[in-house]
Amino acid sequence: MSQFILHKENTRGHANHGWLNAHHSFSFANYYNPERMHFGVLRVLNDDLIDGGMGFGSHPHDNMEIITIPLAGAIAHKDSMGNSAVIKSGEIQVMSAGTGVSHSEFNANAGEQLNLLQIWLFPNKKNVTPRYDQQSLDVAASHNNFQQILSPNADDAGVWIHQDAWFSLGNFDEGFETEYKIKKAGNGVYAFVISGEVTINGQVLGKRDAIGIWDTDSISFKANTAGAEVLLMDVPMELN
Amino acid sequence: MQTIILYIGRDTEITGVMNRLLNARPEWKGICVCTDEEAIEICQTQPIDLVLLGNGIDAACEKALRAKLTEVKPGLKIIQHYGGGSGLLYGEIMTAISQDF
Repeated sequence: MSQFILHKENTRGHANHGWLNAHHSFSFANYYNPERMHFGVLRVLNDDLIDGGMGFGSHPHDNMEIITIPLAGAIAHKDSMGNSAVIKSGEIQVMSAGTGVSHSEFNANAGEQLNLLQIWLFPNKKNVTPRYDQQSLDVAASHNNFQQILSPNADDAGVWIHQDAWFSLGNFDEGFETEYKIKKAGNGVYAFVISGEVTINGQVLGKRDAIGIWDTDSISFKANTAGAEVLLMDVPMELN
Repeated sequence: MQTIILYIGRDTEITGVMNRLLNARPEWKGICVCTDEEAIEICQTQPIDLVLLGNGIDAACEKALRAKLTEVKPGLKIIQHYGGGSGLLYGEIMTAISQDF
């Protein structure tokens, strides 16, 4: 029998630093909620609004798979591996921090707010060689379809990471219904509604609501409004 | 009362950042080192409450460190620190000090 947990939008942690308005789905920085530590290996889901030209100066990371998805605007990234890039809405960036990497992240546009999702997964292997990648998303392929944007496999669709996780993104017409099959036994799905209203396994979810579902092979999905956009994170439920 | 936290990581830059982060809170005292020998010596001489294992410690070193540190101080809490910065640090420490190991 499947199990689930609901995370409504207004129950997320919130930190407004002026230039940075952040909502945390799980405990992060000074937001600590013992009931919100992780969903399987999914440890961080931050929904950040960053003012024009502002951002995070150089800071280190290690042993974490870090995925950044700009929803609006563009982010300028520089790291100690020599990568310097701008990641725009419609693209995805991944960084395996491994043994250690430093990077900076700034809103690339002075006059436009940046909205991004930053997602951290525990890696399935510690101390890997740090790596970086970014890709454009196939927006057309995600219309009425959960299009895979991340996997554990370098030769599969989307970016790849050091974890048995699959992310899919879809943008749906009102009334569209489908079923999502979980990719690996033992994985669960954390569904985050980027926009619109949807019903997942009978639960009605609005913008920025989320549901985590596990002990099942598949989930049912229906878009209740036009342009409903959902990110599915199919992740191992067991920590390594 | 301060919680005295020993951080061990191989990357000197990250270790420096961790030292700053751990000592920024008055309720914590952080001691950050890069080598296992320093860690063991500190554990023998300081009243360490919690050990954070940071980046670059391979499986064999981790096993040996855990064995040695708990031999020096039975019952010592030793956890993996992920992320190399402030993002997860507070949650990791709060969880560790609230749990019986």
